[in-house]
Amino acid sequence: MAANSFRPRVLTALAGLLALSFGSLADSRIEVCTSRFWFNYRHVANTLSVYRSVKRLGIPDSHIVLMLADDMACNARNPKPATVFSHKNMELNVYGDDVEVDYRSYEVTVENFLRVLTGRVPPGTPRSKRLLSDDRSNILIYMTGHGGNGFLKFQDSEEITNIELADAFEQMWQKRRYNELLFIIDTCQGASMYERFYSPNIMALASSQVGEDSLSHQPDPAIGVHLMDRYTFYVLEFLEEINPASQTNMNDLFQVCPKSLCVSTPGHRTDLFQRDPKNVLITDFFGSVRKVEITTETISLQPDLGIMESSNKEDQIDEERMEPLKYAEQLPVAQIIHQKPKLKDWHPPGGFILGLWALIIMVFFKTYGIKHMKFIF
Amino acid sequence: MAVAVRLALIVLLLLGPGGWGHTEPSRDSLREELVITPLPSGDVAATFQFRTRWDSELQREEVSHYRLFPKALGQLISKYSLQELHLSFTQGFWRTRYWGPPFLQAPSGAELWVWFQDTVTDVDKSWKELSNVLSGIFCASLNFIDSTNTVIPTASFKPLGLANGTDHYFLRYAVLPREVVCTENLTPWKKLLPCSSKAGLSVLLKADRLFHTSYHSQAVHIRPVCRNARCTSISWELRQTLSVVFDAFVTGQGKKDWSLFRMFSRTLTEPCPLAAESRVYVDITSSKQDNETLEVNPPPLTTYQDVILGTQKTYAVYDLLDTAVINNSRNLNLQLKWKRPPENGYIHYQPAQDRLQPHLLEMLIQLPANSVTKVSIQFERALLKWTEYTPDPNHGFYVSPSVLSALVPSIVASKPVDWEESPLFNSLFPGSDSSSYFVRLYTEPLLVNLPTPDFSMPYNVICLTCTVVAVCYGSFYNLLTRTFHIEEPSKGGLAKRLANLIRRARGVPPL
Repeated sequence: MAANSFRPRVLTALAGLLALSFGSLADSRIEVCTSRFWFNYRHVANTLSVYRSVKRLGIPDSHIVLMLADDMACNARNPKPATVFSHKNMELNVYGDDVEVDYRSYEVTVENFLRVLTGRVPPGTPRSKRLLSDDRSNILIYMTGHGGNGFLKFQDSEEITNIELADAFEQMWQKRRYNELLFIIDTCQGASMYERFYSPNIMALASSQVGEDSLSHQPDPAIGVHLMDRYTFYVLEFLEEINPASQTNMNDLFQVCPKSLCVSTPGHRTDLFQRDPKNVLITDFFGSVRKVEITTETISLQPDLGIMESSNKEDQIDEERMEPLKYAEQLPVAQIIHQKPKLKDWHPPGGFILGLWALIIMVFFKTYGIKHMKFIF
Repeated sequence: MAVAVRLALIVLLLLGPGGWGHTEPSRDSLREELVITPLPSGDVAATFQFRTRWDSELQREEVSHYRLFPKALGQLISKYSLQELHLSFTQGFWRTRYWGPPFLQAPSGAELWVWFQDTVTDVDKSWKELSNVLSGIFCASLNFIDSTNTVIPTASFKPLGLANGTDHYFLRYAVLPREVVCTENLTPWKKLLPCSSKAGLSVLLKADRLFHTSYHSQAVHIRPVCRNARCTSISWELRQTLSVVFDAFVTGQGKKDWSLFRMFSRTLTEPCPLAAESRVYVDITSSKQDNETLEVNPPPLTTYQDVILGTQKTYAVYDLLDTAVINNSRNLNLQLKWKRPPENGYIHYQPAQDRLQPHLLEMLIQLPANSVTKVSIQFERALLKWTEYTPDPNHGFYVSPSVLSALVPSIVASKPVDWEESPLFNSLFPGSDSSSYFVRLYTEPLLVNLPTPDFSMPYNVICLTCTVVAVCYGSFYNLLTRTFHIEEPSKGGLAKRLANLIRRARGVPPL
């Protein structure tokens, strides 16, 4: 590792994405880390720090879609398995004991990300992998990794452009999948990703302007890689002071990490947002504040005797009905040797064979004339 | 039957203060156990098993009340008409040669094999949907299971539980070797346990210790079993197993002494109140090996002996439900210590430093009778600097002979030697003991053939470089810097005139 702690992000891989959606009732978050490989440890740490803050402020795992493109915690190169640290004093294990990664490793692709956003997931996708939001949800989307002017790299093999992202958000708006959306991106030239948004109610923050690189914070000599990026490090510091009752507003978040600390100039975009940022609380997007009504009525719970009695009767019926069952033999040699191989089901010939025969017959009849057909039929 | 009666009694005790109004034996029970096995290589293996047995026919009735059996898995069984499900996540490899045979091994990565019931019409569709649902439950990429990595074994993987018939059409098997196991897979696995990670044996399941191991395997097995000895009705059995092997050097700092605290950084504080049985077994079969004795602390109250995997084994049993073993004021921290008799060997090794000092290895060994002892040392050949080679490097380099100084027991007792009286050949070594004599032997020197470089290469390189420089650079230099002057031929000179005279006489053209 070079002596200087500044290390520009190389355009190699996209580490992670975090998508969170917030909102009054069905707030969700999406957090995406799109970078692969051990040297992109810091992108996973970025994503997990935001995940941790969000969980701490009250969002349950069912409303968080966490996508990590590579596994750093149990990587063979990690000297402390099952941990991901954000600071070189190793005081904060952002991986924790209660993490649920919804999309991991090869599942983090542009297609899956866009499907999660727009809701067009394949049938059979479990609930934890879907973005369950409605028109009253506030959504937070956090993306980190390697990017450039107008694109973000996924897993060193594909990119998502700012136009695709803007169109995905427009689809979400048309399908009423969000009420307000906060988009945070921590990559090189991050501001280029929000330039093309055109849907209403979107607020965006980026760690650097077009033409600038976002830099990493500090390396750790024991782990051997940079642990976090500057912008997210200071955002995490800022979020650690927020509790669910805080009244801090978005203007404070815009001031996090000035150029003196971050070396790059963080940017933000609020023209599509209808409310004034100074009236928007941080906990609107990062926390989940439920409205609770206290009632003084008492409700008594009756045990349901009906079910227990019927199941008791069934138990007795079971005993008398069946003959003794037995376990299967694990390695019946005689039976295995003498089993016949199953005949494959007959399928009608496929398109190619049919087409070939049709061609042959057509050529025959063209050559010899149609009058021969009566000999066939 | 006695077990069932006892179970019912325990359950009645638990439900009594609940105020249900009628005594109803609960139909599920939990047994948990931990087996600690010290392995021959100094490592220690810990195998957790949590078994929930549910006396119910999940296929037939509409079940809405889940107690100990997790709802997520119960709904899977009824929705996809499963007969058996076996899912495992493993990191590492079980080294049978060093560790002995495992209880239940699993392949590295994720393995899923399922027997569907014969009422299922489209097995492939159910298989695909099941793997998607499981990938959501266990936070793993099981959704990558499709026809390209699924097989239908025809001979093996017979059902491990009760089975009516074994038509292999209803069996599916898939393995994802690239699957990583980490905390996000352990967390939902722990959440399926009735006591979660709050009480009983599951408090020991901390991710930062469990993943710092040479082998980590967690699995879920669901199968139908006999409810009683007559086997007339079916119960569903869910077994969650977790096997880890702690490395003696990484976790144990090189020592073979183990304790629950060193392995898991936790001790056992209380049994799980929902468990009918909660036990810790420690394998004390090989309590005497290599002159070492294994001591287990606190001493066990009972032991269990049986033939396991073909050999007779003895286990020390600690029952967590027994207040003598564990109670409110006392934690259970099992300690395993190997006590060895004092060493009577000696080894001294001084490694070499390049161009400073050679290797020195001294060992004091006791050779057993009628045996052959081999001592071997591995070495690597390195290249020297080219000036350090002798003029005949292809001869090789010599390694000095080894010295063996031995006290050999004599067959016949000898009397002490008087140096002045006895012949000279008897007084070479001072003999102090009459039962053995001292001898010093040497081995042959070793001639090692080191790789020799081609010594003509420096000369070749110099020649070639100089030639190239001279020809190319020299020509170029000349072309750039040489200037050409036209010289007028001069007329005069006495010698020239004389020479022309002679040439005219000869008939040769003039200068």
